[in-house]
Amino acid sequence: MSTRKKVMWWVGGAIIVLYALFPIAWIISISLKAPSDIANGQFAPTNVSWDNYSTILTGNASELFLPALRNSFGICLIATAISCLLAMFAAYAIARLDFPGKRLILSTALAVAIFPVISIVTPLFNVWRQIGLYDTWPGLILPYLSLTLPISIWTMSAFFREIPWEMEQAAQVDGATTWQAFRRVIVPLAAPGVFTTAIIAFFIAWNDFVYGIVLTSTEAARPVPAALGLFSGASQFEDPTGAIAAAAVIVTIPVVVLVLLFQRRIVAGLTNGAVKG
Amino acid sequence: MSTTTLPPGEKTQPKSAPKKKAGISDRSRSERKLGWMLAGPAFFVMLAVTAYPILQAVYESLFSYRLTDPANREFIGLTNYWVILSDGLWWQAIWVTVLITVVTVAVELVLGFGLAMVMAKALSSIRPVVRAAILIPYAVITVVSAFAWQFAFDINTGFVNSWFTWIPGVSADTDWFGDWGTSILVICLAEIWKTTPFISLLLLAGLAQVPEVLQEAAQVDGATWWQRLWRVTIPNMKAAIMVALLFRTLDAFRVFDSIFIMTGGANGTESVSFLAYRQTIARLEIGLGSAVSVLLFIAVVLIAFSFIKAFKVDLSSARGE
Repeated sequence: MSTRKKVMWWVGGAIIVLYALFPIAWIISISLKAPSDIANGQFAPTNVSWDNYSTILTGNASELFLPALRNSFGICLIATAISCLLAMFAAYAIARLDFPGKRLILSTALAVAIFPVISIVTPLFNVWRQIGLYDTWPGLILPYLSLTLPISIWTMSAFFREIPWEMEQAAQVDGATTWQAFRRVIVPLAAPGVFTTAIIAFFIAWNDFVYGIVLTSTEAARPVPAALGLFSGASQFEDPTGAIAAAAVIVTIPVVVLVLLFQRRIVAGLTNGAVKG
Repeated sequence: MSTTTLPPGEKTQPKSAPKKKAGISDRSRSERKLGWMLAGPAFFVMLAVTAYPILQAVYESLFSYRLTDPANREFIGLTNYWVILSDGLWWQAIWVTVLITVVTVAVELVLGFGLAMVMAKALSSIRPVVRAAILIPYAVITVVSAFAWQFAFDINTGFVNSWFTWIPGVSADTDWFGDWGTSILVICLAEIWKTTPFISLLLLAGLAQVPEVLQEAAQVDGATWWQRLWRVTIPNMKAAIMVALLFRTLDAFRVFDSIFIMTGGANGTESVSFLAYRQTIARLEIGLGSAVSVLLFIAVVLIAFSFIKAFKVDLSSARGE
């Protein structure tokens, strides 16, 4: 390849990286600006200040932010765990067994995935208030399953279909018990698919905003995106821009780290589930 | 291929076994039972968390019901639907939603295709970097992305007004969120930034399925780059393009987060989802809000249905079932 072409590819690559990172760089920059600097009209802060981070981590906004962070982690992890467990059984059945209704299950998952969240949340708002699930963890975990379960079933059944199930029988022929064969042969082969699915499901739950703002009212269950969306500053005289930016950076870091660590698998999971899936 | 995943015992069974009439064998009966035992819970949960609420919404939409005045709950049939469909607010919301959907999906398709081409053809030294970078917008939550774009264009906190004064019409005091058109523009930009990576990954997977032999044959026959793109590449990845288009259209049609953060529905930027939210949660009009939710649901089903009919995307058959 000629040098000119190489340079072109590098420039193209640099533009894409810049495109992907620019809004992130901007929100990091705001989070490091002192209040006097926020309106300077410049991209970078004139001097770096950590005030916004102390406001949300130890200052007067921490009562809003820290419980929300805890809620988000707890609710998303539980919803991910439940949907992975249910999807694992379903995907095993779909990939391994022959039974009528496979297509029905996959089509239902697809239908649930395209469901407008707002159509679910409106009636839930009323019902949850009547039965006491409003503003509780289970009150969010249950609806989150409508987000995480469909994609888990699709992604996992795509992964499971590629597992050579004959190996299980081969192991049994070699003298392993059914359980041994399953544990030693199938579990290690299935684990990466389950893990990838869990990451993708977690992202989707972590991203939720609609359920978060509609089905919660206090820090008892309100997750981070909703808390951010409704955050209006510690007092009415204070502009919360800097604090919001700092909180946004903190919730973005864990997911970006996860993405960078497991990028290969996430790409495989997303595309397998949707295209081959 | 599903055949390779069947246990060996299944393969040897002749497909047209006469026992179908006499009743299914014990083995396949127990397999059916096990299949539903394993997949049943997931199926049941999916129905419980979606079918039940939508039925509830259909029921509530038939009442005149305000949460602030529950005693006067009254059955009024389809009146709520009539009220909504004859109101300009609803049509404004539909127009905004359709506009955002069409603009973002069209731009994303072109941009995502370009990104996918770069990822497919780039030097092996930059490919991993590009792929990692492209995943970052996917991982950032929509609310954060909306804030980043809002702050950038904001008249007080933004840098856009001082950077882009060379564009006609942009000055230091351009109020991007003071106007319908510019608000929609920024909302679209944020949505495009956030969701293009998803579309480009799907298209990249589609590109990988285009047979290399066809490309070479076309090149030997003297086809230009452009001809190869339109005659070989795109027709061969039609299924992937359709899937990406369908998913993104339905997703874009539900737009809510960005609008909530950036404009709060001001200046006529309310989407259908936002209208449903505002009726139910802010105004506590359960009956009216439920009717909007049901209408949104019907719209999404219609879009999905017409996509599948018009383009004959059979998702299950594309998967080798």
